[in-house]
Amino acid sequence: MSVYLREYLTVVWFGVAALAIGGLLLGLAALVRPSKPSYDKGIAYESGVDPVGIGWSQSQIRYYVFALLFVIFDVEAVFLFPWAANVERYGTFGLVVMLVFIVLLLDGLVYAWKRGLLRWV
Amino acid sequence: MLALDPILEGPLLWTPLFIIIGKVLFIFVVGLVATMFMVWYERKVVSGMQNRIGPNKAGPFGMLQTLADGIKSFFKEDLLPTRADRIVFRLAPFLAFVPAFLLWAVIPLGGDFSNGNDGTVTWFGHVTRVQLADPPVGILWVLAMSSIGVYGIMLAGWSSGSKYPLLGSVRASAQMISYEAALGLSLAAVLLSSGTLSTAGIVAGQNSLVDWNVISTGIVPFVIFLIAVTAELNRPPFDLVEAEQELVGGFNTEYSGIRFALFFLSEFMNVVTMSAIMVTLFLGGPQPLFDIPVIPGALEGTIWFLVKLFAFLYLFVWLRATLPRLRYDQLMDLGWKVLIPISLGWFLLLAALREFSPDGDAAESLRVVVISFVVAVIATGLFAAALKVSARNRAAANQPADNTGVTV
Amino acid sequence: MSDATFLEFVVFFSAAVMILGGAVGVITMKNPVHAALGLVLTLFGVAVQFVAMQAHFLAAVQVIVYAGAIVVLFLFVIMLLGVDESMDLSIEPIPIQRPLAAVMAVGLVGLVGAAIVRARDALIIAPGDGIATAADAGTHDANIKQLATNLYGDHVFAFQLTSVLLIVAVAGTVLLTRKWPKDVADTESSDA
Repeated sequence: MSVYLREYLTVVWFGVAALAIGGLLLGLAALVRPSKPSYDKGIAYESGVDPVGIGWSQSQIRYYVFALLFVIFDVEAVFLFPWAANVERYGTFGLVVMLVFIVLLLDGLVYAWKRGLLRWV
Repeated sequence: MLALDPILEGPLLWTPLFIIIGKVLFIFVVGLVATMFMVWYERKVVSGMQNRIGPNKAGPFGMLQTLADGIKSFFKEDLLPTRADRIVFRLAPFLAFVPAFLLWAVIPLGGDFSNGNDGTVTWFGHVTRVQLADPPVGILWVLAMSSIGVYGIMLAGWSSGSKYPLLGSVRASAQMISYEAALGLSLAAVLLSSGTLSTAGIVAGQNSLVDWNVISTGIVPFVIFLIAVTAELNRPPFDLVEAEQELVGGFNTEYSGIRFALFFLSEFMNVVTMSAIMVTLFLGGPQPLFDIPVIPGALEGTIWFLVKLFAFLYLFVWLRATLPRLRYDQLMDLGWKVLIPISLGWFLLLAALREFSPDGDAAESLRVVVISFVVAVIATGLFAAALKVSARNRAAANQPADNTGVTV
Repeated sequence: MSDATFLEFVVFFSAAVMILGGAVGVITMKNPVHAALGLVLTLFGVAVQFVAMQAHFLAAVQVIVYAGAIVVLFLFVIMLLGVDESMDLSIEPIPIQRPLAAVMAVGLVGLVGAAIVRARDALIIAPGDGIATAADAGTHDANIKQLATNLYGDHVFAFQLTSVLLIVAVAGTVLLTRKWPKDVADTESSDA
């Protein structure tokens, strides 16, 4: 049994406590709140007028582009962390390695930028 | 090198167990009280800045206003839209609320870090930290939890089965992930100067004012982090998520009663925890600026921590009262074209500086600040010039494009 | 069985339930968003297993990259398509995919089974073997230091190739999302 696992278990207890307080609040509210459902209360709120069409509409492709780019840069950040925490050990060679890595990815960003991908039309 | 929390070593006895349970409860209560305080504080300060009185009826200075609002929401009907996805609709508030809480777990809330102490305190004969957990990857825990927080907002909007919440949540999640990239990249600069990923280790490394990461990393990562956090929290001027004029109320439009209150709570709790994380990363956490006499070391750390925390809370309210909301294209431009390139460039600059002068003393920190400042001024100038040139180019380029009818 | 190993067993078991439950959820749920949530559950379970094996960094990365970025990307796709509950799942866009999936599944089970049988002897690790865990080395950051040494020392070429892979992904994103007429691309290059 590792001490670390015990440490995470403490956090799990903390999370359980957070879940419990949320559940408790909802449970208490369920006891005291009124419940008079009607058709009008169930329809979507669109500033007072009757909703048009179905609720699930298509959203734009632009969001997807940014999500894709985010995945790439998130992976990059993950690669930076262990290197940054141990930078002294790699010397100039390590610096060059990281320079190449970052510059290549910045190139990617500049390319996407140049092709207008980052432009929110 | 910091060892882990000593209380977790050795056999599990009753006293340590009670101390751990006590810590869980204590940090839990601190989290809740701080959040409720923040709700009141924001309303009060904003009203002061807008020349209004603000909440003043419930309790002294209206301090119990949050409690009153909370009690009110108990008695509100819980509406479930007919079109909603019932399971996800009920799950989403928890997905927002629990990660907000879990962020508290890794923040050092006090302890004596001064003069190279390792921040441990002795309670009932047991040595421990004023921190729930100190995992070796504490700072990544922060990133992980904030990326889980995206789900709460995303699913809340989707499950409502209504257009405006869906739009609001897609907007919000695209914004949050964009700035999360900048957040992570500016964080790397902090790791460069602290050499560890554990939060207690990061605090312990910031021994004197020049060692505070805000100075030793040359301010720029701090500014990027602050901007990214503000966007991550969907706070003004980045509150496009709940732009009332466009989206009714944003992702939580269809929520009511206690479920809405959970979203509201988690939003404000995130403000407090993110402020605490900035204090930990950049301002030395419980590290004292000067020694307060009389008060014992451990308590002093908590006092300093709270003082710094308040400064950030005030800053957030101040930003809200001062700045107008950005447009969405401006928001994305700022995140992708400014913050990410600058934070990457800055990271490389710091790494190079470190490589060629490895002794991290006080003079070194000051040198970093001076160089950073010069580079920042030059970079800003160049960037402004580039923007001007490209704006002119675009104006020139768009002219014929409009005539030929090509839509861009 | 001592208390400590019992606790480890409980952690392993609950994480395994999370992984398998999530995986079953992914393929049985009709609603794509529910399936994506099942995937999140699976990824979390894997993160818990990593923590139990003291691979803290890997666990954090698992949550940050997979749960935080990739599944969010999936959810964006689902929202992008505007998938409705009324969509008929019985229509097959590619008729061969069901038999193909069955063949693949059988093959995968065979592969995993063979791996288990072959690796049964290798899996017994004597104390002191294997990677240096944080507890062995006595310092807090041993796990990350070990990982960094491997990544930027021994496998530095693979690390560099990763950046090539990532930039290919950027190029792919550009190609995937927009088709550019020649004259428009020229005006776009002056974008600020």
